[in-house]
Amino acid sequence: MRNFATLTRMRIQLTLRNKMFLFFSVIMPFGFFFLYSGVFAKGQPEVVRFFLGPVVSLTVMGSFWGLSAALVMFREQGILRRFHVTPVTPSDMLASSIVANFVLALPTVLIEFFFARTVFHVTNFGDLLATFVLVSVGTVSFASLGLVVASVTNTMQETQVINQLLWLPLIFLSGATFPLAFLPKIVQNVSLFLPATYLVQGLRRAIFESAPIWDRNVLISLGSLVCWAALTFFLSAQLFRWEPEVKVRRNAKLLVVATAIPFLLLGLWENKFGNIPAQAQSAFDSLNGPQKSAPPPADSPK
Amino acid sequence: MADSILQVENLVKSYGDVQAVRGVSFSVDEGEVFGLLGPNGAGKTSTIEILEGLRDLDSGRVSVCGLDPQRESQALKHEIGAALQSTSLPDKLRVMEALRLFSSFYKRRRNPEELLKRFGLEEKRNTFYSQLSGGQKQRLALAMALVNDPKVLFFDEPTAGLDPQVRREIYDIIEELKREKKTIVMTTHYIEEAERLCDRVAIVDHGKVVALGTPRELKTRSGGTTRIEVRLAKPEAGGALKNLEGVADARELDGAYVIHSHRPPKTIVDLVKHLEAGGNELISLEIASPSLEDVFIEMTGRRLRD
Repeated sequence: MRNFATLTRMRIQLTLRNKMFLFFSVIMPFGFFFLYSGVFAKGQPEVVRFFLGPVVSLTVMGSFWGLSAALVMFREQGILRRFHVTPVTPSDMLASSIVANFVLALPTVLIEFFFARTVFHVTNFGDLLATFVLVSVGTVSFASLGLVVASVTNTMQETQVINQLLWLPLIFLSGATFPLAFLPKIVQNVSLFLPATYLVQGLRRAIFESAPIWDRNVLISLGSLVCWAALTFFLSAQLFRWEPEVKVRRNAKLLVVATAIPFLLLGLWENKFGNIPAQAQSAFDSLNGPQKSAPPPADSPK
Repeated sequence: MADSILQVENLVKSYGDVQAVRGVSFSVDEGEVFGLLGPNGAGKTSTIEILEGLRDLDSGRVSVCGLDPQRESQALKHEIGAALQSTSLPDKLRVMEALRLFSSFYKRRRNPEELLKRFGLEEKRNTFYSQLSGGQKQRLALAMALVNDPKVLFFDEPTAGLDPQVRREIYDIIEELKREKKTIVMTTHYIEEAERLCDRVAIVDHGKVVALGTPRELKTRSGGTTRIEVRLAKPEAGGALKNLEGVADARELDGAYVIHSHRPPKTIVDLVKHLEAGGNELISLEIASPSLEDVFIEMTGRRLRD
């Protein structure tokens, strides 16, 4: 436990000293935030609130980039070897990565809410508890995804390629860039197989529709992401390699496919019985409805 | 054998088709500095990494501080300290932070301040790892190996890649540890290092121990002969040189001839006569008392340096 704590502290310190961190964890999320809120939402508070879910999701999902890269770099440079000869365990190493990442991501999310409040005058942030729990679970589960990427790739280049391949569908098919209601029916069906969709839609539900934590779809989001985080963390601990010259086991890539199983089943279930796309549609419509008929309400109090 | 703190019996380790270690056996007594001397790729690092619990062995028996490095690696890691080869620390970690971090992992700890002072790193306490010189990095690596006041220290090529002056600094540090009666197992491919630092040396080649003993024992084992190394204008049959007066052994090595002689003056006179008779000429001649290098050459027919 003490090893875990001191490692977490080191990871936080090192990340704060890293310029790449500044870009990926500060500049990029705030870039998205102002793009969505200022340009897409044209600064209208209710629309900004609608886009807050996707913006926060991007911040939360971005975790896996930095984590996988840092871990692979540590391995390639022989830094992990040095820890290997100490009593530090793979779980210490991995859990400290996740917690350090969480501690660093949380302020970014809070500042996004702060800007939404002060710059764009959003007053209602929906259900804060559900939002906080979703952000936490999301950060941990996407960080675990990063750890899995690190454990199935041998070189930094490989890691970056896999990250790109994962990132694009995650942001384009989940509603994080284009609202789910915007996407064709067939893409909506596909999106229900992606973990990112459950994060984005869960957050929208909590922030925009003020759904509490026991709401059906918030619970589905939380449940699926928790299961997935547990599975990916377990797998990354199993496949963890300290030594740069130890290559990834052949069956490892198959095991990774196994982490997709929960979302495969959930996707089938949701496609048949769920109402996530319908909810997304009505949330989107509620936005367009009053907006067209009454831009005045936003201005009228003045 | 009673007070040996580390035992290796018939250790075997392969990587795919390559047999890196083929039946190595030795034991190390408490307070001893034990060296594994051999060229790169001889299996030294594999051996030491198995002892540290970093790698699994294929067969054989290994015990360090009474523990099995494979099954009891967690307990073992509290008892050992190591300076590894080809390792690094995060660029943006400061010297003192590194010492504090690594000492936090252990039950038994040494004061990091004292280590900092002892290894001459006080002025560098707040320097990033990436800004240290090679020698400073190595001093830090040795300091870090001591954070848990270990029972056994493993140094894998502690001076590889360092310039001669820095190398001597590291020797001083290791000699000081030796005076404190620390048990040290080290690998090296520098003869000088093994002769100067090690109480006993195992010469390792192609995954096997080819000779084992104190440096003095090993040298006298090479027959108490003097080494004469000559370069000649024309090649000479090795057999002819063996028949010179007082010669124990003669062999060709990298274009030179190494002659081991019981009576060097006679041998040299005889050599010169022999060459003149054959119309050959002496280009260079070196005479040295035997070193571990000669033992190595005698055992393997090759030079240690690659």
